[in-house]
Amino acid sequence: MAGAARGTLTMRRRREILLGAAILVFLALLPLGVGNVYLRGLIVLTLLYAGLAQAWNILGGYCGQISLGHALYFGIGAYTSTLLLTRLGVSPLFGMFAGGVLSGGAAFLVGLPCFRLSGHYYVIATLVIGMMVALLAANWDFINAAQGITIPFHQESWTDLAFRTAILPFHYVMLAYAALIWLIAWLIEGSRWGFFWRAVKDDVAAARSLGISIYPSKLAAAAISGAATGIGGVLYAHYIGFIDPDSTLDLSLSVLIALPAVVGGIGTLWGPLLGAAVLIPVQQLSVAWLGSAAGGIDLMVYGALIMALALARPEGLVSFFQGRAREEAADHG
Amino acid sequence: MAEPLLAIRGISKSFGSVAANVDISFEVAPGEILGLIGPNGAGKSSLFNIIAGSIVPDRGEILFAGRRISGIGAVACARLGIGRTFQVVRSFDSMTVLENVMVGAFLHARRSAAAMRAAGEVIAFCGLAGRQDVPAHRLSPPDKRRLEIARALATRPRLLLLDEMLTGLTPTEAREGMQLVRDLRAQGITIIMVEHVMEVLLPLIDRAIVLDLGRKLLEGRPAEIVRHPDVIRAYLGDRYVA
Ligand SMILES: Nc1ncnc2c1ncn2[C@@H]1O[C@H](COP(=O)(O)OP(=O)(O)OP(=O)(O)O)[C@@H](O)[C@H]1O
Ligand SMILES: [Mg+2]
Repeated sequence: MAGAARGTLTMRRRREILLGAAILVFLALLPLGVGNVYLRGLIVLTLLYAGLAQAWNILGGYCGQISLGHALYFGIGAYTSTLLLTRLGVSPLFGMFAGGVLSGGAAFLVGLPCFRLSGHYYVIATLVIGMMVALLAANWDFINAAQGITIPFHQESWTDLAFRTAILPFHYVMLAYAALIWLIAWLIEGSRWGFFWRAVKDDVAAARSLGISIYPSKLAAAAISGAATGIGGVLYAHYIGFIDPDSTLDLSLSVLIALPAVVGGIGTLWGPLLGAAVLIPVQQLSVAWLGSAAGGIDLMVYGALIMALALARPEGLVSFFQGRAREEAADHG
Repeated sequence: MAEPLLAIRGISKSFGSVAANVDISFEVAPGEILGLIGPNGAGKSSLFNIIAGSIVPDRGEILFAGRRISGIGAVACARLGIGRTFQVVRSFDSMTVLENVMVGAFLHARRSAAAMRAAGEVIAFCGLAGRQDVPAHRLSPPDKRRLEIARALATRPRLLLLDEMLTGLTPTEAREGMQLVRDLRAQGITIIMVEHVMEVLLPLIDRAIVLDLGRKLLEGRPAEIVRHPDVIRAYLGDRYVA
């Protein structure tokens, strides 16, 4: 009995990786069934946000530190690689590395003072820092201020992530990104750090009594989350071919990064993916159908949907799938 | 007494105008079960928090295995081998029983397979074997207490602080809890336990410290404690003193 029970956690993790692999295969074949260019673009964006939301989830979900400033790390990644390519001719493959390191470092630096703050003040501090940097970037001539930077197209090249029609190649780039961040989250869930972070989220005093240092745990989670977000920023920049502070550093982006994780199920493996799959299409479609001419109606539709989901499923969309399993576990207990 | 595992020397702590602990001194021998008794607000939990490092005393020092630990913090104390439970249970509610205990096991284990093995053993020892995969928040109150003990035990402590682990349990549950404490001692773990109800505590402990209004009222073996007029006065009031 005990032996069988001990296997449950191991078996659950094995099931997750198998399901992950199945979803990966499905998504890799998806373009075969979807010819429509607009829909393909929608899927690319959804995959990007699935990765970004999972990156956010590493800090916000597992470690419980809610950030509303993740656009900062996204923007640092986007600008780093764009500047490296346009000014120095450095390949985005290195840009990805540099962008990841810099954005991870930035998240670490933001954490140094902010993790000394308690509770809600961390949220507010990240929000304010993010908005401040966006404002500074919009006035910083070295990075073309509010005008932004265009990545000129020379020739098709995987090393430059440059394609005449970017959508299909970037389907696989973003899929690889989303899969990588998902895999990192899966590894974290099973690791010593992952256990420590969840303990920090659930109960700080109890975590301390087991020998867990709170502050370094938060810093480590922030650095990994920031780096993962920054890599997403790099990929976005080369996908769109144009960046400016509005599209890479704005507060609304910070919210858009956090929302899929929150709506899908915070601190869960599948929540960010599920949330992105629901929210990003709805958000894009409501922009497309209702248009910006309607003056924010798209946002109202979007907001109403999120409210409805939050009321129907406070624990996130994943709980639709978990309900059965939980009750079964309780019956055995 | 042999070389004490824990030595409390002149500990005082005030919260604002409330003197929670006043000049407390005593020693605990290795392998001993020490009871900490006293009415509400006597300063028992406050003293626990000071020993476990989560509160810094205003005055005095604490030596653990000859090393000064007052002021080093809860994390360092845990790493040195002081485990504890809380008066108000604190479980990691987003995790299962196994995962809760693995958190403790990870203090020594690097890899999750090792942590899982260690946690499984401790869980079985604490009588939670059938509950491994139950979410912590679904446990009954006595099982939550067992979980807290299992989690602390997974850090392989030399000294275990149990704050009111038997309070609120039915007589049967309390008896099982007492047996668990005896089993823990048989493992060589030194134990300090706080309890209100003297009847449960006295047959279990080697020695007791009685606190009242922050001060140490007396110290002695269980039989001496129950007969002492000061204890009767502190618990029942002056009119019961013969
Ligand atoms: N962290 C704290 N902050 C402020 N006051 C505290 C704190 N901890 C304890 N006190 C105060 O110190 C006094 C002793 O409290 P303590 O919790 O140690 O008593 P206790 O003996 O554990 O009582 P009980 O049996 O009710 O648990 C009380 O007056 C309490 O209000
Ligand atoms: Mg108390």
